[in-house]
Amino acid sequence: MELILNGKKTELPDSVNTITLLINYCKLKKKVVIVELNGSIIEKNDHEGTSIEDGDQIELVHFVGGG
Amino acid sequence: MTQKGRGMVNNRYSRQELFPQIGIEGQQKIRKKHVLIIGAGALGTGSAENLVRAGIGKITIVDRDYVEYSNLQRQQLYTESDAIERIPKAVAAEKRLRNVNSEITINGLVLDVTHEELEQLVVGVDLIIDGTDNFDTRLLINDTALKFNIPWIYGACVSSYGLSYTIIPGKSPCLNCLLETVPMGGATCDTAGIISPVVQMVVAYQTTEALKLLVEDYDALRNKLVCFDLWKNEHTAIKVDGVKKSTCPSCGTNPEYPFLTYERQMKSTVLCGRNTVQIRSHQGQERDLEELATTLRRQEGTVERNPYLVSYTLSPHRLVFFKDGRVLIHGTNDITEAKTLYHRLLG
Ligand SMILES: [Zn+2]
Repeated sequence: MELILNGKKTELPDSVNTITLLINYCKLKKKVVIVELNGSIIEKNDHEGTSIEDGDQIELVHFVGGG
Repeated sequence: MTQKGRGMVNNRYSRQELFPQIGIEGQQKIRKKHVLIIGAGALGTGSAENLVRAGIGKITIVDRDYVEYSNLQRQQLYTESDAIERIPKAVAAEKRLRNVNSEITINGLVLDVTHEELEQLVVGVDLIIDGTDNFDTRLLINDTALKFNIPWIYGACVSSYGLSYTIIPGKSPCLNCLLETVPMGGATCDTAGIISPVVQMVVAYQTTEALKLLVEDYDALRNKLVCFDLWKNEHTAIKVDGVKKSTCPSCGTNPEYPFLTYERQMKSTVLCGRNTVQIRSHQGQERDLEELATTLRRQEGTVERNPYLVSYTLSPHRLVFFKDGRVLIHGTNDITEAKTLYHRLLG
């Protein structure tokens, strides 16, 4: 499937079909991640149950501690 | 230069005053503001230099560490001699900043902020800038800023990635709303590395928002959580207003300021990714560095000192003692081992 991830066209395996799986795929599992799907924030508790589809626009913002 | 060429007669802020959103009026506002910068690492030094050049009336910059060679690649206020002499960052930063602008008030403080200290430091402060490198201190800043109704600007970076968010008490969600939990570990600049342009980018976001707040141009604020990866050519800004929770223990309807109420700060801390343990003595007395150096010179190992600290090397460890009572023990991540070493030397 193809979607827009952080502004860039990104090809994903079809098996990556929920927000949680996408976060794992992006190696952000251990991070605090804010997810925006097509303009709406998806709460942490809904990551598992929210599926993603071809053409979705997703922004993933993860927090880091450095500085 | 004669006295006439100094002070109010010069036109050092003319280019900033020509920028209409600031103007002469904005410059006069800036002149009366006090900004507190927590941390004088990469972000803290970058923000400090921008704000000092911009003519903020008073800048206080606080840091617990001293300058090392590995800092010079991105911590823009420091020089090789600061690293060679192991000058505390707050001292080296203050000196450099005073050379940049002698017309404003600049204070560098060598200390590790706890909630008591922070509550004293924020008195009269208009804005707090995050220049720290860990979530514990940021959550402490968050609670303090909310309690005293002071805006603060989060910034962080690692590798080629950075992000920033401006927290306005009573309006935006706070860092606790955004994080929900304290993130554990993860990549740090000491484990994943960092390139300096990322620092500059975060600093640019932080100090631009700072200028907007200081000239009181609130409509111009970004109102978005911004992040970018300069190497991957990614850039994202999202609205997070909906993340604000009325049940948030830091900014909700019945705030408890959990990071101020609980004594979360331990007397000993492992400094993340640095193979270093910090031990803090809570006696509230200044350490007599001269006496300490004399004691240590009687032991095997090498003693070096400057006016701010004593460094004692006994391979594979190095202990750095500060006046404020803290000790950094390099060469271990084990608090017990660090304490054993400390007590063996100092009883
Ligand atoms: Zn909150």
